Amino acid sequence: MRSSNFIIVFITLLTSFVALVLSLLFTGLKDIHDENQAIFQKKFVLLSIQEKLGESAVMEMSNQDVAKLFNDNIEQVVVNSKGEILDKAAVESKGYPGGMAENINLSKEKKKSEAERLLPVYIYKGEKDHPIYILSLKGNGLWDEVSGNVALDSDLNTVVGVSFDHVSETPGMGAEIKDNPNFRLKFAGKKIFDESGNYRSISLMKGGATDPVHEVDGITAATLTGAGVTRMLQNGIKSYEAYIKSIQQ
Amino acid sequence: MTENKVNKLSFLAFGKKERRLITEPINDNNPITVQILGVCSALAVTSMMWPSIVMSVAVLFVVAFSNFFTSLLRKYIPSQVRMIVQLVIIAFLVTVVELFLKAYSFPVWKQLSVFIGLIITNCIVMGRLEAYAMANTPWKSFLDGIGNSLGYGVILVVISFFREILGKGTLMAGSPLEVKLIGKSSEFLINTADTSWLSWYSNNNLMVLPVAAMFILAIIIWIQRSVNRKLINIS
Repeated sequence: MRSSNFIIVFITLLTSFVALVLSLLFTGLKDIHDENQAIFQKKFVLLSIQEKLGESAVMEMSNQDVAKLFNDNIEQVVVNSKGEILDKAAVESKGYPGGMAENINLSKEKKKSEAERLLPVYIYKGEKDHPIYILSLKGNGLWDEVSGNVALDSDLNTVVGVSFDHVSETPGMGAEIKDNPNFRLKFAGKKIFDESGNYRSISLMKGGATDPVHEVDGITAATLTGAGVTRMLQNGIKSYEAYIKSIQQ
Repeated sequence: MTENKVNKLSFLAFGKKERRLITEPINDNNPITVQILGVCSALAVTSMMWPSIVMSVAVLFVVAFSNFFTSLLRKYIPSQVRMIVQLVIIAFLVTVVELFLKAYSFPVWKQLSVFIGLIITNCIVMGRLEAYAMANTPWKSFLDGIGNSLGYGVILVVISFFREILGKGTLMAGSPLEVKLIGKSSEFLINTADTSWLSWYSNNNLMVLPVAAMFILAIIIWIQRSVNRKLINIS
C-alpha cells in the first residue's frame, strides 16, 4: 500500500505529463488538422457529383488536384431558411471568418432555430446553363453525427448524386453509408418533390423500397443509422425548400 | 567477454520462453476463446474482414505499447489506483496515435476514428495490463501484448471471413483486394456482375448481425477444444 500523499503526487505528475504532451501535440498539429479537414470537406462535396465530374475516385485525389477542381468549378452561396442569399459580410458577422459556404460549421447550425440557420449551397457550373446544386446536410445517426451532400439537377428536384459521412457508426453496419461505394449510387434519379410539387424527400426503407421515386433500400442491420439518414434527408432538404422554390420559379 | 555482451542484451532476449509468449495466446491461451476477453469488439466489428484487420492492427499497437509502459512504471504505480493509471496510459497512447494519424494520414484516420473508442474500452488491453504487465518486465510484457493481440486478430479474421462471405458474398470489401466470391449480385451490392460462383446462393442476413459472431465464436471454441483437449478442464 502506498501513502495517500504518494498517490496524489504520482497521479498529479502523470496526468500533468500526459496533459502537457497531448496539448503540445494538439496545438502543434492543429494547422495540419484544419487543412486536412478543409480538403476533406471539398472532397466530400465533390463526391456527390463524382459521376458528373467523370472522376473515378474523388476521395483518393491529391490535395492540390482537389483544391483546383473545387475552386475552378464550384460557386459557393450561403442562404437562410427564407431562401435569401446572404453576402460575405453577413456570414462573417455570424462568426465564420472567411464568409464562404465552406467555412460554415453545420454542427453548430443544426442546433440553431430554423429561422437563424445558415445553409451552404455549392453550385457546380461545369456545363453551361446547366448548374447542379449541392446541398449540405447534417443529422444524427445511431452513435454520433451523420452528414451528407445531395446534388440536385437544374430542375432542383432530381437527385444527381449524394455523398454520406459519419463520425462513429458501427463498422460493417451503419458505417456502410460511407464505406459501401454502391450505397450512394442508389440515390441517383430519385426525386425530392412529388408530381404535384409537394415536398416528399427520400427515405431509406427497411425491407426494401416500394416507391421507386422517393425510396431507397435500407441497409441490413443498420436500421437506426438508416432512420437517422432518413431524418437528415427529410429535415435537411426541407430547410432549403424556400431557396429551391425561389430558383424554380 | 562474449558472456558480458550477452548479459547486456539479455533484456531483449528472444529465446524459447519469449517465443511462447507470442505463440501461447494464439492457441492455448487465446484471449477470446480461452480467456473470454474482448468478445464485445469481436461481435461488433467482424461483419467484414477489412475492418477486422484494421482493428486488429490498431489493437496490436495499443496493447503492446501500453503493456510496455505499464510494465516500466509497475514498481511505482500505487495499487489502489492502478486501474486509473492504466486507463490514463491506454487513453494517452490511443490519443497520440489518433493525433498523428489525423495529421499525416487523414484517410486512415477517417477509417480508424470509429475504432478509437472500441480500443480504449477493449477488455484485452486492460486484462493484459492487470494480468501480465503489472508483474513482468517491459520486454516480456511487450511480447505478451503482441502475442495476445495476434491471438485476438486471428479469431477476428476467422469470424469475419465466415460472416462476410455468407452474409455479403464478398471478401475484403472496402479494401483494394475486394472480391465478390459467391452469390448473385445482391440488392446490396448492386454493381457486381453475375460472374461469381454459386450464383444461386442468396445472402444470409443473419450473418450480418452480431448474433452470427456469437454462433461462429461458439463453433470455433467447440472445434478448438475438441482438437486441443487440455483446454477442456481449464475454464
